[in-house]
Amino acid sequence: MTLTDTKIKELELKANAIRQSIIEMLLEEKSGHTAGPLGMADIFTLFYFHILRHDPKNLFWEERDRLVLSNGHICPVYYATMAHAGYFPLAELKTLRKFGTRLQGHPHREYMPWLENSSGPLGAGLSQAVGMALADRIDGKDGSRFIYAFLSDGEHDEGNTWEAIMLAGKNKLRNLIAIIDRNNIQIDGFTENVMPLEPLADKYRAFNWHVLEASGHDFQAMHAAVEEAQAVFEKPTVIIAHTIPGKGVDFMERDFKWHGTPPGISDMPGEPPKEKQGELALRELRTLQGKIKSEHE
Amino acid sequence: MLNPKLKLNPKLFSEPEQVPIRKGFGQGLLAAGEADPQVVGLCADLTESTQMNLFAEKFPERFIEVGVAEQNLVTVASGMAAMGKIPFVSSYAMFSPGRNWEQIRTTIAYNDRPVKIVGSHGGISVGPDGGTHQALEDLALMRVLPNMDVISPCDAIEAKKATMTIAKTNKPSYLRLLREKTPIITTEETPYEIGKAEIYWLPEVGLAEVGIIATGGLLYRALLVAKELEQEGIKIKVMNLSTIKPIDSETIVALAKETGAIITVEEHQVMGGMGSAVAEVLAQGSPVPVEFIGIQDKFGQSGTPEELIEHYGMGKDAIKEAVKKVMKRK
Repeated sequence: MTLTDTKIKELELKANAIRQSIIEMLLEEKSGHTAGPLGMADIFTLFYFHILRHDPKNLFWEERDRLVLSNGHICPVYYATMAHAGYFPLAELKTLRKFGTRLQGHPHREYMPWLENSSGPLGAGLSQAVGMALADRIDGKDGSRFIYAFLSDGEHDEGNTWEAIMLAGKNKLRNLIAIIDRNNIQIDGFTENVMPLEPLADKYRAFNWHVLEASGHDFQAMHAAVEEAQAVFEKPTVIIAHTIPGKGVDFMERDFKWHGTPPGISDMPGEPPKEKQGELALRELRTLQGKIKSEHE
Repeated sequence: MLNPKLKLNPKLFSEPEQVPIRKGFGQGLLAAGEADPQVVGLCADLTESTQMNLFAEKFPERFIEVGVAEQNLVTVASGMAAMGKIPFVSSYAMFSPGRNWEQIRTTIAYNDRPVKIVGSHGGISVGPDGGTHQALEDLALMRVLPNMDVISPCDAIEAKKATMTIAKTNKPSYLRLLREKTPIITTEETPYEIGKAEIYWLPEVGLAEVGIIATGGLLYRALLVAKELEQEGIKIKVMNLSTIKPIDSETIVALAKETGAIITVEEHQVMGGMGSAVAEVLAQGSPVPVEFIGIQDKFGQSGTPEELIEHYGMGKDAIKEAVKKVMKRK
């Protein structure tokens, strides 16, 4: 489906609104992950508002595309995007992580039965997506819908991820498309210090995948990559999406301290005082008003 | 005497046929696959020894070979179940659920996907392969998971019925199999229901004074003990507890109330296994003395099944001793 300039403008505004929701949720809850959700806001927006075949009014539509979120800890962006797309009321976002909420600290199907999977423990999402693509092939449905797996870069430390990569390559799963949030950070620091992943693209190629790379904040480039992935017939495709953790809030960008820390709870060296963090983040997002791309790149 | 209502093997005490319990699974999976096209099989490089080969040969398009990768085995199966498939995954119990427990917890039990985890080569009777390959903890690992049914058949015929039944339950399930040949105890006519424990041996007249609850192939030894002790005038009831979860509390409590003394018999660590599950029921429903036959907090070693079962205190003599001990504790 063509991505027009008008549509891109719309997506930018939507991504900005989703980022504001993420900051508001985290400020309210005072626990949860910040950097990953902000970094993935553009990709989630692109998928839920342009790419995915889904119907927020018919969540269990059998023919829908499947989106498997493997790294469940970035669920603030998942929940915020679903709410903005009409899956549930926006007001419910403030219940994140609170007792009795559907918005569990990590996604759980028992509370949101329309989710394709529960997640949190890393390294198990890609293999579930592989299972879905295998089932589609048995049923002759691998030409009519796509199975998308959203993965983190850090979870490539897990052996299970590589087991899934091998099996997908072996079976040439053409309707499987993996998107890696390549933001280069994990809890203990930069990925290349904790456990080097590079050359990541070459590794996937060696496992018989089609490999694409794109900026995770460039709607046009990401969209083109997904369209190419959809056209590849003989292999699964991975899109290594280069993202900026904390994208949209200057003092959070590219800083692994914000991986698992929400705004407003701790004073950290080089960061704004805790009582100012939420206000500064929201003010920055509000004043940018959808101009994130042009002002930062 | 053998419970006449259950139509058990009439040759049970005169050289019964010996068949590995895993064979029953292989036949059951083939039958389940014939009955329902949604049944799929996944294996981690142990297709023949877990007896999934019958299914794989008949339905190659519904069989997925994942290689030696047990974590992938169960997570891929979870994804297939999400699309409406009924996946059976097989490996040795030591590797699945031994190696991939967290993946089973999160993507199958927590996710509530109807994947059927088949752990072949359970127990000490795996034999010469030694301790690394003898799963003595699998029942414990599986019964602590919410949503998970846990089944440990006593012979190949019951394993076949269990396989065909769990293909229809729409629930996560664990099915434990043994490697070695064991005597055929039941017949095709013996009733089978998940969650229902049955009394296989009972006194000809009067009440029993000891209840033996057994699971898996060791049920045969428990039945031999009951028959032999009958000659000494000891009245025993023997229960086949093949569904460990959901546990049949009612039948267990009734047995404890009748006998006032219980022995549990399993090829598994006594901590956390079937005996523990029974003790949990009895502590609340009818506290009576219990003796636990099983592995006593040790790892196994190489040997023949017979040598190992005797050495680790699960043979006939050990069961008889436990009967006498528990009667004194009444």
